Amino acid sequence: MTNLIKKIYFDNAATSWPKPDCVVQAVTDFTQNIGSNPGRSGHSASVKSGRIVYAARESIARLFNFADPLRVIFTSNITEALNLALKGLLKSGDHVITSSMEHNSMMRPMRQLEKHGIEMTVVNCEQNGCLDPADLSRSVKSTTKMIALNHASNVTGTLLPIHEVGKICTDYGLLFLVDTAQTAGAFPIDMEEDHIDLLAFTGHKSLYGLSGTGGLIIGDRVDVENFLPLKEGGTGSRSEEEFQPIFLPDKFESGTLNFTGLAALNASVNWVRDTGIENIRRHETELTKHLLSGLKSIPKIKLYGPINENFQTATVSFNLNNLLPSETGLILDEKFNILCRIGLHCAPAAHKTVGTFPTGTVRFGLGYFNSKAEINQAIKALEAIS
Amino acid sequence: MNAKRSYAILLFLSANHALRAEKVLLDSGIACKLIPVPKDISSECGICVRILKTETQKSVAELTNHKLLVTKCINI
Repeated sequence: MTNLIKKIYFDNAATSWPKPDCVVQAVTDFTQNIGSNPGRSGHSASVKSGRIVYAARESIARLFNFADPLRVIFTSNITEALNLALKGLLKSGDHVITSSMEHNSMMRPMRQLEKHGIEMTVVNCEQNGCLDPADLSRSVKSTTKMIALNHASNVTGTLLPIHEVGKICTDYGLLFLVDTAQTAGAFPIDMEEDHIDLLAFTGHKSLYGLSGTGGLIIGDRVDVENFLPLKEGGTGSRSEEEFQPIFLPDKFESGTLNFTGLAALNASVNWVRDTGIENIRRHETELTKHLLSGLKSIPKIKLYGPINENFQTATVSFNLNNLLPSETGLILDEKFNILCRIGLHCAPAAHKTVGTFPTGTVRFGLGYFNSKAEINQAIKALEAIS
Repeated sequence: MNAKRSYAILLFLSANHALRAEKVLLDSGIACKLIPVPKDISSECGICVRILKTETQKSVAELTNHKLLVTKCINI
């Protein structure tokens, strides 16, 4: 984190920056000293590569309190992981329930599945994005197979009650798919305690790894035999056969993995663990509280979401009521070197819920490497703009 | 390799499983080494785990406890 450029980076909800030094070092070490394809050869460099990828599986499994690293499936991003879970498990006649705060990575594959006979119920959240678990229970029917939710909204940061929903899934015998794009690494998530059957994660946000990494953890209750892969191909195993292997993780990992990215992910997950998720959350909560307080002091700002650091991630959405989000974002970037995201954030349903569709919002996505001083600068900038 | 020692090799469904097996055995205090599957053995993956022959039973039991399937066990 040395030599930080003077820019203020508030777009951690899209991807975290900067990355811990150990992540950069892991990429350099791997590229310079190993660089081999894991699981495709028997030579020593391939084995070293394989050990690093396996270590990444273990690190991820441990992070979410899951026992079997071989049920950690690596994908190119969390969108692929969500597609895999939804399209691989839901069949014509099945019913799936989700919320109105989802990202398009959840909504679009579901809408596609609707065309193939899968029924979908979108449970409305409150205007601040909060979800009443009882509303989910009321939507369960005899054909319901799965509840699929994000852990937190990428628009407002609103936390959804996954622990309570996990219990509902257990009570009704439903599969529980959780999109942890906005929370993995920043919040404690326990697959067992939270009754999660399918946990989709991304490597490049709060896990502080690189883009091109993500995955799906497949819990023990999931029927793997009737779980279709998104793709088939070379796995480095059973090479004499033209049919896809049925064992994990090979069944779902065709083609060469992003092994350099996974070396980085292993380092970054270990960094998260060593730093402590509780410490990361505490720091981000303090930053969020500070930001919310500052934004509330500007009369022309309208805030969205829970507006309470205890009920949201370090992501805050707002609008200056005399400017479009795009105008605010451009001024922040060009005049104040503050980088944030504006618009709909690939989550039209969430904006409809919040009441900001189709205009969208300005989104500040804070991260562990942000400071109160940066927030103070941003507040001053917004005061000047307003 | 110590010529006086007798070894066995354990084969698995894939390299992913062999890598997990290595970690499980080492964590259990069982000495092992990942090696390429010998050419004269019909392989199911490119690498296998070599152990002391005397530790075969203990190793297989440990791996089974961790839900790992040993597809073949061959004395070499």
